[in-house]
Amino acid sequence: MKTWGLKPWAPRSALKRAVFAALFVCAGSLAAASVGVSNAGDISRDRQDELLYVLEQDCGSCHGLTMKGGLGPSLLSARLADRKADDLAAIILDGVPGTPMPPWRPLMKPQEALWLAQILKSGVRVK
Amino acid sequence: MKMWARLTVFVLVTLSPILAARADELRGTGDMGVVVERASGSLLVVENTTRTQLARVEGLGDLSHASIVYSRDARYAYVFGRDGGLTKVDILTAKIVARTIQAGNSIGGAISQDGRLVAVSNYEPGGVKVFDAETLTLVADVPTHSKTVGLVDAPGNRFVFSLYDAGEMWVADMSNPKAPKITKFENIGSQPYDALVTPDGRYYIAGLFGEDGMVLLDLWNVDKGPRRILDGYGRGEKKLPVYKMPHLEGWAIAGDKAFVPAVGHHEVLVVDMNTWKEIGAIPAHGQPVFVMAQPDGRQVWVNFAYPLNDTVQVIDTQTMEVIRTLTPGKGVLHMEFTPRGEDVWMSVRDKDVVKVLDTATFAQKAELPASKPSGIFFTWRAGRIGL
Repeated sequence: MKTWGLKPWAPRSALKRAVFAALFVCAGSLAAASVGVSNAGDISRDRQDELLYVLEQDCGSCHGLTMKGGLGPSLLSARLADRKADDLAAIILDGVPGTPMPPWRPLMKPQEALWLAQILKSGVRVK
Repeated sequence: MKMWARLTVFVLVTLSPILAARADELRGTGDMGVVVERASGSLLVVENTTRTQLARVEGLGDLSHASIVYSRDARYAYVFGRDGGLTKVDILTAKIVARTIQAGNSIGGAISQDGRLVAVSNYEPGGVKVFDAETLTLVADVPTHSKTVGLVDAPGNRFVFSLYDAGEMWVADMSNPKAPKITKFENIGSQPYDALVTPDGRYYIAGLFGEDGMVLLDLWNVDKGPRRILDGYGRGEKKLPVYKMPHLEGWAIAGDKAFVPAVGHHEVLVVDMNTWKEIGAIPAHGQPVFVMAQPDGRQVWVNFAYPLNDTVQVIDTQTMEVIRTLTPGKGVLHMEFTPRGEDVWMSVRDKDVVKVLDTATFAQKAELPASKPSGIFFTWRAGRIGL
């Protein structure tokens, strides 16, 4: 008779989860700090985390969680090297007519879009 | 509460040799399924009778936008990853049995009518690759020079798909797998973004992003070519920014009515399937992403695009009205019904949980921990055309 070794799977313990969460938060602030973006100062730490989460999860829906591209183009830093952060911020804010890239102006401030553009250009892994 | 949880874990650990011994028992897969954990590249193997996780399978790569089809014996899940990975997972042993990186960037796949071929649609390089379902060795390569979307299986061992950049619809007859016979239709409309096939396998319908409308191909009469339906829905209304592309997976059908998401509008469209005319537009909480009918067709469940993705609405298909608005939490990404529809499972990404709700009372029956869950796929899909 064939046998199957499928055991009930126990979720990760609360302690482990807390450690992971702490690591994630550290990584997040590291990402933000290492960019050296001067205007990040006015964006609260909470909002920075929120924006990075949107970048990974929601921008990631089209551009890939790792920013390698999907329906939308790749946003890896090498590809953005010759683009100005201001121009990228303008694309984030106003979208690209005729493509699925929507304007994010209703959901973020110009300064926040610029900060995200600088993060993308710096190549800091969001994840 | 916490103490009980710890005690349970303790008991589980202590008894695990006994449980392992019990795993020798035979079991079917009809009440099993998988939940995609998009950020960690893993799958949870679940069971919808006991509403529990059975195992976790790791090492599947970038699973943003991952989708899954099942082998016809409902034992193997074929996982289509964003990074071009195609993985065959044995859900009974929770092990990867085959894996190949078949392209740079892919979007979805399908399994053939005879269960022998698995096809993947790719963004980069654009096209469709067809693999042997047993071994995952490449059988045929169909380049399209365009991002390829909306790939489904259809009767006659055919695969049907659309070309996003080129605005085309292709039908590939795989009767001879090594030499696919391709029928192409050009200029079908601007930017087809996804497509579906009706449960009987007769109609292939692609949604357009670049204009308001859909394109229908009658697969019983392919020679007649595609035609436009729902032209100019939402005309006169301003189209809103779309923060999440809708999906056309499955066709929410109740009687002779079909329910589809309107792109850029806070509406669910109702289509008469005899005339293919719009007979109603149901105002909704946000822009719909998935519009899914219960297996009995009595109710349709809708989730929404960012930033309104904390809400799910239930539509009564008889009155065509929203009868319930639920707020399971931020990031409701997908819903899946149990085989006969008494429960609905939903992924709540930002809460890291999968919630199980009673479809009759809307009461929550269970909550399972999952890391950034997205798609939920139960094995009843194994026997359905187009899923």
